[in-house]
Amino acid sequence: MIAWFRQHRDAAALAARRLAAAPVNTLLSLLAIGVALALPAGGQMLFANAQSAMRGLTTTPQISLFLSVDAERKAAQEVEARLRRMDGVGGVRLVTREETLSRMKAGQGLGEVLDALPKNPFPDALVITPRDERPEAMERLAAELRKLPRVEHVQLDSAWVQRLDALLRLGRTAVVLLASLLGVGLMAITFNAIRLQVLTSRAEIEVSRLLGATDAFIRRPYYWFGTLQGLLGGAIAWAIVAGATAWLRGPIGELAGLYRLDFALAPLAAPEAGLLLGLAAALGWTGAALSLQGTLGRDGA
Amino acid sequence: MIRFDRVSKRYPPGLDALVDLSFEAAAGELLIVSGHSGAGKSTLLKLIAAIERPTGGAVLVNGQNVASLARGAIPYLRRNIGLVFQDQKLLFDRNVFANVLLPLAIAGFPPKEAARRVRAALDKVGLLEREKAMPIALSGGEQQRLAIARAVVGRPRLLLADEPTAHLDPDTAHDVAAIFREFHQVGVTVLIATYDATLFPEARQIRLDHGRLTQ
Repeated sequence: MIAWFRQHRDAAALAARRLAAAPVNTLLSLLAIGVALALPAGGQMLFANAQSAMRGLTTTPQISLFLSVDAERKAAQEVEARLRRMDGVGGVRLVTREETLSRMKAGQGLGEVLDALPKNPFPDALVITPRDERPEAMERLAAELRKLPRVEHVQLDSAWVQRLDALLRLGRTAVVLLASLLGVGLMAITFNAIRLQVLTSRAEIEVSRLLGATDAFIRRPYYWFGTLQGLLGGAIAWAIVAGATAWLRGPIGELAGLYRLDFALAPLAAPEAGLLLGLAAALGWTGAALSLQGTLGRDGA
Repeated sequence: MIRFDRVSKRYPPGLDALVDLSFEAAAGELLIVSGHSGAGKSTLLKLIAAIERPTGGAVLVNGQNVASLARGAIPYLRRNIGLVFQDQKLLFDRNVFANVLLPLAIAGFPPKEAARRVRAALDKVGLLEREKAMPIALSGGEQQRLAIARAVVGRPRLLLADEPTAHLDPDTAHDVAAIFREFHQVGVTVLIATYDATLFPEARQIRLDHGRLTQ
């Protein structure tokens, strides 16, 4: 057990020495891996941020129902009463035109404009909480609501949020696809690096075999080489994403401020960073395994 | 220690390196395998270390048939055999000490014990003060002694050497022969393939001619 541990430590040290022995080569490989991994990692970071920002927006889905401007209060109350009897409706709240007007005057510098108007431009509105929040059910309910008398406009408040959510999910799928492609690229880089290493240490490998080295002994440093290279490349990718996050944080904060959004760009979370490093290391290991299969596998004894 | 039982080795397309060869070497024996170049001496040694497999017959080392050994068991067989190759197979990218250390690193020796053994082996072949030298800086005789040190550092019970005195001047060849004799005297079984059997006048000798035993 101690011997096993020592042999791994020696193999890892040997792999680190080999990485350090060709600094330019190593640096170029690491940069290639780092940039390749930074793209999906950065994409993941952006989409995660967008989704967490959206979570703040998605309150319970509501349907807003606007009556025509000339509809009387009595008509509004009748519609409200009908709505309360409908199956698909969970809750109804009447927002009177006066209420809307005073709320609009209070905020966003519209007061003067509204004062200038001869009469209240807002209609009475009814805000409905549907019993079934699934998009199809809500669409059905909205269609039913449109048939009610004096109803001018029915708006699904959550529809755009859902569309955006679907778009973001598509984006994340694209990130996974991109990550898979670039992961193959990472394995190719490792594959080639290991192949060159094996070719330059032919003599050592041959002599080691003649002196009683097992396959595991011969392969161990190369596995470590691939794993370390992947891990360091992953660390560079993390650094690139962290740097980009720090750099974008200011401008994005300003932009969010202009829209009165409480939003700050969050860096890659610890589990995601761990996943990035772990995946990079695993891909490096796999690249080494494939390379060794190709270059050492057919050597025989 | 070693028994060849009707061993043949044929290389494609039809070159017979060894034909129906049978002999025995007792434990602790010094045995010289002589013969002209291409007589099959190297092949004989390679069969013992499972570097080559026979096409017929059995090669027994310590009662174990090497010819039918599983691939995964071969490394452990080789760790018990000291091998001195005809072309030495030194690693020129590392110094004398690291060359001798390699078999012990492979066998998983603790570093301190390994360093002690490396120095003991280097001392035995007279290279102790050259441990930091690179092999390229060594003379032919020193390189040969380095190869021997690497072969014996694991303290094998069996030492195989393929033309260990070729390319050496007569004096150096005598020195190298004396080193092998010392190992024989402490009980190691030594097999030496050489065209020049006169270096070991006291040893039993088997002679190969075109892959067959003569005499």
